[in-house]
Amino acid sequence: MVKRELDEVSGTETTGHEWDGIKELDNPMPRWWLWAFIISIVWGVIYMAAYPAWPLITEATKGFLGYSSRAELADTMNAVQVSRQKYINSINALSLEEIRNDSELARFAYAGGKSAFAVNCSQCHGSGAAGSAGYPNLNDDNWLWGGSLTDIQTTISHGIRFEQDDDTRFSEMPAFGGDEILDRTQIGQVADYVLSLSKRQHDFENATAGAKTYADNCAACHGDTGQGDREQGAPQLSNVLWLYGNEKADIIAQISRPKHGVMPAWGERLDATTIKQLTIYVHALGGGE
Amino acid sequence: MFSHKIIETHSMLLLILSLVVVSIGGIIEIAPLFYLQNTIEKVEGMRPYTPLELAGRNIYVREGCYACHSQMIRPFRDEVERYGPYSLAAESMYDHPFQWGSKRTGPDLARVGARYSDEWHVQHLLSPRSLVPETVMPGYPFLATTPLRTDNAAKHLKTNLMVGVPYSDEMIKFAEIDMRAQADPESDDIDGLEERYAKISIRDFDGNPDMLSEMDALVAYLQMLGTLVDFKVYEPEKNLR
Amino acid sequence: MGLTTYLTSLSIAAIAALLLAAKADDAVFATHAWIFIAACGLAIIYQLRTLDSNRNMPEKRDGYLDGVVRAGVIATVFWGLVGFLVGVVIAAQLSFPVLNFDTSFTNFGRLRPLHTSAVIFAFVGNALLCTSFYTVQRTCATRLAFGNLAWFVFWGYQLFIVLAATGYLLGATQSREYAEPEWYVDIWLTIVWVAYLAVFLGTLWKRREPHIYVGNWFYLAFIVTIAMLHIVNNLAVPVSFLGVKSYSLFSGVQDALTQWWYGHNAVGFLLTAGFLGMMYYFVPKQAQRPVYSYRLSIIHFWALIFLYIWAGPHHLLYTALPDWAQTLGMVFSIMLWMPSWAGMINGLMTLSGAWDKIRTDPIIRFMVLALAFYGMATFEGPLLSIKAVNSLSHYTDWTIGHVHAGALGWNGMLTFAALYYMVPRLWSRNGLYSLRLVNWHFWLATLGIVLYAAAMWVSGIQQGLMWRTFNELGFLEYSFAETVAAMHPYYVMRTIGGIFYLLGAFIMAYNLWRTVVSPTTEKSAIVTPEGGQVAMSGSV
Ligand code: HEC
Ligand code: HEC
Ligand code: HEC
Ligand code: HEM
Ligand code: HEM
Ligand SMILES: [Ca+2]
Ligand SMILES: [Ca+2]
Ligand SMILES: [Cu+2]
Repeated sequence: MVKRELDEVSGTETTGHEWDGIKELDNPMPRWWLWAFIISIVWGVIYMAAYPAWPLITEATKGFLGYSSRAELADTMNAVQVSRQKYINSINALSLEEIRNDSELARFAYAGGKSAFAVNCSQCHGSGAAGSAGYPNLNDDNWLWGGSLTDIQTTISHGIRFEQDDDTRFSEMPAFGGDEILDRTQIGQVADYVLSLSKRQHDFENATAGAKTYADNCAACHGDTGQGDREQGAPQLSNVLWLYGNEKADIIAQISRPKHGVMPAWGERLDATTIKQLTIYVHALGGGE
Repeated sequence: MFSHKIIETHSMLLLILSLVVVSIGGIIEIAPLFYLQNTIEKVEGMRPYTPLELAGRNIYVREGCYACHSQMIRPFRDEVERYGPYSLAAESMYDHPFQWGSKRTGPDLARVGARYSDEWHVQHLLSPRSLVPETVMPGYPFLATTPLRTDNAAKHLKTNLMVGVPYSDEMIKFAEIDMRAQADPESDDIDGLEERYAKISIRDFDGNPDMLSEMDALVAYLQMLGTLVDFKVYEPEKNLR
Repeated sequence: MGLTTYLTSLSIAAIAALLLAAKADDAVFATHAWIFIAACGLAIIYQLRTLDSNRNMPEKRDGYLDGVVRAGVIATVFWGLVGFLVGVVIAAQLSFPVLNFDTSFTNFGRLRPLHTSAVIFAFVGNALLCTSFYTVQRTCATRLAFGNLAWFVFWGYQLFIVLAATGYLLGATQSREYAEPEWYVDIWLTIVWVAYLAVFLGTLWKRREPHIYVGNWFYLAFIVTIAMLHIVNNLAVPVSFLGVKSYSLFSGVQDALTQWWYGHNAVGFLLTAGFLGMMYYFVPKQAQRPVYSYRLSIIHFWALIFLYIWAGPHHLLYTALPDWAQTLGMVFSIMLWMPSWAGMINGLMTLSGAWDKIRTDPIIRFMVLALAFYGMATFEGPLLSIKAVNSLSHYTDWTIGHVHAGALGWNGMLTFAALYYMVPRLWSRNGLYSLRLVNWHFWLATLGIVLYAAAMWVSGIQQGLMWRTFNELGFLEYSFAETVAAMHPYYVMRTIGGIFYLLGAFIMAYNLWRTVVSPTTEKSAIVTPEGGQVAMSGSV
């Protein structure tokens, strides 16, 4: 039944089949195509001999190059380590103060700290380290737990109220409302008193009434004049910087059911060199003491 | 000489030959993963998910977090510096299904556990832009108000046992109790829970002690991601393959 | 099947589903049982209402069964619009995240699978269903096998789509990309798919042509391979037979490779092999030229289906998948390059005697562009499979750009061409309502693709580079959030591209609709094997 015919346009024979008017030409495969296909196969065979490829009974062929993606990374990381060894050794050996005074080393540590900050800390403290509600600004010289190099290093290594770390910084403001230590009026009064500490607008009578409550309940941590206490991470209340907001409602909320901000400990996750670099960086942000 | 005509004129033959040809590759690539011993690395610390973590994982699956987040750190310098040690096959051996993902609209989550506080996660899930102004992640406020379903916890563990996750009879028996206890540090049942599961966090994850919410479960899951394997005793050189 | 048996089995199915709805373990399962009941009910009502007309007008057994193809055409257009629209929505969400509205069923994580499934299974799936039914009858010169089974395939498939789509919105998903539907929806699809295979194979079996046409090799390979992939990849144990949730049989690394063996070959067989089947019919028909090379057809068919299966691990390069499997994935992807291009060569060279038609025939223009994008996607694919390239591209928008060059360019454009070809013939019209509108569609779609792909290439490469940028002292330069912020302009550009593409599709829908409602020019609604050709080229 096969009736080959000549296609007039191309001058090629058809295969003689026809489906719904569709015919097929009997052209050979394009030469270049065939060669490209063959070359890709040859290349593939060589590649598979060179690299791990074929699964056998107990393991796969290893390839004559002895390649492994994990070993390759180990080599890269080693090379990075070696190229930085000089700096790393110095950072490990010297104190934070000494690092800060060695301008070349400090530059290196600052760069490393900046990078580690972008990767690990910016999610909470913000890309520019300016913080947000509940997450302190690290650019200013207002410190909850101290702004010296060692204070900062301790905070970063062990975190704040991070229960998985035994040496974490810990202190919790009591829930004066939730635990019914103070009643609503008292809380309102003491809130006005707190406002008065930083000279914000407040109800004078209330504040006067709250002064005693403050002295009895709050001064132990926040200090007589609201100067705060870094030993306990109790914020200064007499300045214009607020962790949780400066409205009366914010302050009442904090007194009633205080938030206990948690900062994770990085001592386990990051190595000691990186922590030191981070310390140098955070210290240099503007508020370092 | 062989002529393609035979195949071309017999539909059954064409069908069978096609099926044979398309079966080969899959068999050769997939079957060895089940019998080659070095496919899964030797590690310390892996354990099945607690009932609460498993429930959180199911929420992760349900919400399609894998559409934006991978859980697979590749062995590259930038990735190990950004996210931590590269992911091992062993770390997902109890994952039915795997959640390696294929797109990183958001960062890798394989080691996000213990990296942030519970409060951060809750706030981030409620309103991501309140913490990270640049992010394109959707908010999931409904998780905090949806109570977690606990009545079929045992069934979930049992089904996992059927597909090979080593849950003990006791784990299955106490599944529902364990699920509640993990989000309630005041509970009397936490001793048993701690006995059954190593390296476990027991907290009110969503900051709302009055309710066991889907948020509790999801945060419990996120906070354990990548924290099980003990990398201090892991020997990478022994697991090149 | 007799009418009584048919109605009885529908009723039994409905009652069984009613039981499931009553006993359901969760709300989604109950909803799905009710949808199933509604489907059975509609089928019964329809059957009863058409009882009389069926009696009076005995079916024409000699002509083609084209009613189901017409239904498939409508479904293709409809789901295409839905899929593109959801695509535009999720593209907009990535540009302006407030559009997530922070509710459960409007967030990106749930809408993204809705988009991928709507375009791949609903749009592309229906396109394959209706073109395969259209072409297999004509190239075999026979009516579809097994009577109305094709109708079951069609409606069964639509039910599958509705179950899958509502499932995603309500939170039922297996989270396996391109295989998200839960276990019971998978079982339903298996039933439908086996019926599809039966219809197609049965039609080949009773063909009145001595040889099986090359287009049908591809369609057949596509149907049978998808059946294999679907069944293996969806092996899972449900938590309850009355609930949606299931756990996959495999875990971790084995699960990952099984999934990407499936995922890659869903691309390989739905979006590639099936579409080559389509190409092999519509291109020679529209160009009125013979297929370029029979020998090339044979080699590339067998090479393509053999090699494709191996390439799955290129989705898992540098993951915890053992190195040996990664090597195989990479090597076979590169060997796949030439067999893929052979399809393009055979298509373009078929057109070579008809180049002049590019200027006059907009349908040919769609086809040329489709083939060009096919060539581009299958060049880019092997490139992305090279481990060094993939280390940059993986996880980034580069993959998304690659996907949409293939999906919008190759699958979309070829489907549009086939629809423009089929509609006047299926509804026995002289020609399309307006060729000018076809031109508008062509340019809008092309512009849309170019914007989309260009945006994603730039954003993907930039994203990949930013993640791995080290400053001069060797420290990571960018936080993740900074890389997210840098993507914003490209995401907006992609959204605009998507809107263009969607607009084009609306124009097509309008044009096809006007074509269908314009006055009939022939009496018989069924085009017979003998007198089927309606010359199209050049007609206005
Ligand atoms: C989960 C969020 C989170 C992450 C991530 C985080 N922090 Fe903090 N950080 C906090 C919170 C919350 C506080 C305040 C705790 C409090 O209320 O006392 C804090 C406090 C601090 C302080 C003390 C500020 C003061 O006034 O004394 C320093 C220093 C600091 N963080 C540095 C870092 C560095 C460096 C990193 C990254 C390695 C980092 N933080 C990562 C949440 C975080
Ligand atoms: C046991 C120590 C302690 C006592 C007692 C205490 N506080 Fe505090 N207070 C803290 C700590 C610690 C914080 C910071 C919480 C944090 O860092 O998340 C704080 C925070 C605050 C803040 C928020 C400051 C800001 O920047 O937003 C206010 C306001 C406040 N306390 C007021 C009071 C008042 C009023 C009382 C008494 C009724 C009181 N505190 C008693 C420890 C204490
Ligand atoms: C539209 C994409 C998108 C979806 C969907 C999404 N995310 Fe995100 N996610 C992001 C982006 C972008 C970031 C990075 C910026 C940030 O921290 O918000 C992120 C960050 C995160 C982080 C912080 C990771 C880190 O190391 O900084 C966590 C945890 C997270 N997402 C969890 C989830 C969970 C759980 C879900 C699902 C319920 C989810 N995401 C869904 C885009 C998404
Ligand atoms: C108007 C047209 C379209 C628009 C605007 C659009 C938009 C999108 C967007 C925004 C994503 C998510 C990307 C991400 O997560 O970063 C996506 C994913 C996807 N789309 Fe589309 N799309 C369109 C058409 C199509 C078509 C026609 C197809 C297939 C035939 C398709 C197939 C896919 C696939 C497979 C993915 C997943 C890619 C992956 O996971 O790598 N899209 N699309
Ligand atoms: C020779 C042919 C092809 C090869 C070798 C190939 C290879 C690849 C590679 C390497 C990836 C990226 C995987 C990753 O890094 O995550 C990919 C993704 C993808 N490709 Fe192709 N590709 C080919 C052709 C096509 C065609 C024609 C389409 C049709 C639309 C297509 C659709 C897709 C899709 C949808 C994805 C996304 C998968 C995901 O969700 O991650 N590919 N392909
Ligand atoms: Ca994907
Ligand atoms: Ca709770
Ligand atoms: Cu692929």
